Amino acid sequence: MQNKKERLQAFFMVLPSILAVAIFIYGFIGWTVRVSFTSWKGMIPDYTWVGLQNYINLLTNDPRFQVDVRNTLLFTIPFVFGTLIIGLISALLLDQGLKGETFFRSLFLFPMAISYIVTGVAWRWLMNPATGARMSGLNLLFSKIGLDFLNSSYTATPEWGMAYIAIPAIWQLSGYCMALYLAGLRAIPDEIREAARVDGANEFQIFRTIILPLLRPVTLSALIILGHMSLKTFDLIIAIAGKSYALDMPSIYMWNTTFDGHVYGVGAAISILLLISVAILIIPYLIYSLRKEAQL
Amino acid sequence: MGHKRLMLVVALVVIATLMLSSCAKTGDKQLEVFSWWTGGGEEAGLNAMIKIWEEKYPDIEFVNAAVAGGAGSNAKAVLATRLSAGDPPDSWQGHAGQELIGTYVAAGQLEPLDDLYKENGWYDVFPATLIPLISKDGHPYSVPVNIHRANVLWYNPAVLAQYNVDPPDPTSFDSWIATMDALKAAGMEAPLSLGEAWTQKHLFETILLATVGPDTYTKLWNGEADWGSADVTKAIENFGLILTYVNPDYASLSWQDASKLVADGDAAFNVMGDWAEGYFRVDLGLELGTGFDWMPVPGTKGSYQFLSDSFVLPVGAKHRDAAIKWLTLCGSKEGQDAFNPLKGSIPARNDADVSLYSEYLQAAMADWKVDTIVGSLAHGVVANDTWSNDISTALGQYLTDKDNAALQAALVNLCKTDGPCK
Repeated sequence: MQNKKERLQAFFMVLPSILAVAIFIYGFIGWTVRVSFTSWKGMIPDYTWVGLQNYINLLTNDPRFQVDVRNTLLFTIPFVFGTLIIGLISALLLDQGLKGETFFRSLFLFPMAISYIVTGVAWRWLMNPATGARMSGLNLLFSKIGLDFLNSSYTATPEWGMAYIAIPAIWQLSGYCMALYLAGLRAIPDEIREAARVDGANEFQIFRTIILPLLRPVTLSALIILGHMSLKTFDLIIAIAGKSYALDMPSIYMWNTTFDGHVYGVGAAISILLLISVAILIIPYLIYSLRKEAQL
Repeated sequence: MGHKRLMLVVALVVIATLMLSSCAKTGDKQLEVFSWWTGGGEEAGLNAMIKIWEEKYPDIEFVNAAVAGGAGSNAKAVLATRLSAGDPPDSWQGHAGQELIGTYVAAGQLEPLDDLYKENGWYDVFPATLIPLISKDGHPYSVPVNIHRANVLWYNPAVLAQYNVDPPDPTSFDSWIATMDALKAAGMEAPLSLGEAWTQKHLFETILLATVGPDTYTKLWNGEADWGSADVTKAIENFGLILTYVNPDYASLSWQDASKLVADGDAAFNVMGDWAEGYFRVDLGLELGTGFDWMPVPGTKGSYQFLSDSFVLPVGAKHRDAAIKWLTLCGSKEGQDAFNPLKGSIPARNDADVSLYSEYLQAAMADWKVDTIVGSLAHGVVANDTWSNDISTALGQYLTDKDNAALQAALVNLCKTDGPCK
């Protein structure tokens, strides 16, 4: 009896947030889906049904959306792998029991506390592609210390400019990745390493056959978190490149179309495509972790 | 007994308050004006107008509902939300022309202002070629407070002297190219400075005007001229040619950064609207004639490519009478002469007090009276938001592939899907 009353109480306690989430997240997703099937253009809502037309246009007939997909891959791949590798290496180094570990841990984690806008502005200056007398940032540094061959036109590089946006993103998030890996490393019991050493394994073998496999769940979490962040990137690119076509992403295209061009139907379709691509990453992970929880 | 008396007092106070507040609703006690003027000369100009308002109408409270950020894009998002909620401000700022007409007039949200124009004699004091650009079907829909010029070429006279080159002839696009070739041959890598996406669109519209001339330019936007014509092909070629003279890092520069390249002598030329004059003169402390100088973009002499901030009267304004008073002030000589010297723009009226304005603005005012008025693309006069935004995309693509035919095909197509072409 007491139990039932408590349950009821608990239910009413969470009810407001359930309602809020239902309306403001799922309700609005539903409404966006509805708008994405319409030809709404301009300030007056226009719910003329056009079916999948907006989606078909975007996926088959829209050069800008194709640039966006390419740019997303060009940004995501170096960003996710760069962050994972640098995060793992710095975690391994910090795990060697060195003096002042706390200091370095905070130091590497700090970039994450900065907003993407600030990171973007600072790196826009660092990665300035200007040449000659106006050379500045990294290029100036490189040529002052005789490393001219490292000079680059960064985000202004034709075709590959987008990949350079990954550099500030890696800088910002590899510390976070390091913290994840460090926690994972601390969770590996020393006994296992000891046992491996007794069996005659060298340190590299221990790393490859024991530590890396035991870190797999951490890698998976990091992959999911970084992956969905990279799909949604908006502020970093706006800060570095403004609304430059060469460095466009679906999120920026969505903003342009919806709020600058007032083509709400197409804007909603872009948002839904973005949502689907994030869901493809996240939902399998959620199912996996829920199952795991159920097993415990 | 005492308790009852207290209740009575409370009830009376409540009734009195209700009566007072209902009074406030009948005679307008308030005026809410929405804008994105939150900094610099714009804010100072708005405050000067508010001061006049407070002297003239001390009983009507001026509510300044300005939204900061994003050159108006934040404000427009807020405005869209308020309009869809049926809660329009009493008047709001918008770029005169198709940005207002294609968006809000098309949605039936604005009242035509014919009567106001007649009563105040604005048909006589605003240039005759301006009126059609801010009207739809012969009805004006907004009151322009200020006028900026888009087709201005800023240059650094010291740089030209240093390289021993004469300024180009403002009537000839080719003479500008010849000047830049001479500078390039003398070792200047990028004679023309350029900035982020919208400044590229701004450059494009001036090159288009320079190539096709003012009549065809205006006809392209109202659907009477053909975007597939040889004129437009030539304009795109000229734009492509101009892009070979610009700095490589344009994508990461704001318009101030790009103008500063001219001030610093790193570039000789910059095409920017005449708000750059305030930047050169006030922010950088340069003098006209020595530190910087100007001319119409070569090939556009005799045309005044304008943009304008203007105010509107929404359908269903809560304080309609006050809003009309505000619009009257916006169009008056007093209001325009208070706002414009501070904002660094010229009044739309041609009877303003010339002595209040800087040397450049006086020259601009003289041109405004005699030049052919054409509208700006990048600043919302000639194309609605959808059309303009789609042209940005096409230009962005052009910058990555330099495909002349593809850009022209896109322009032809966009005039049909977003504009008036059949």
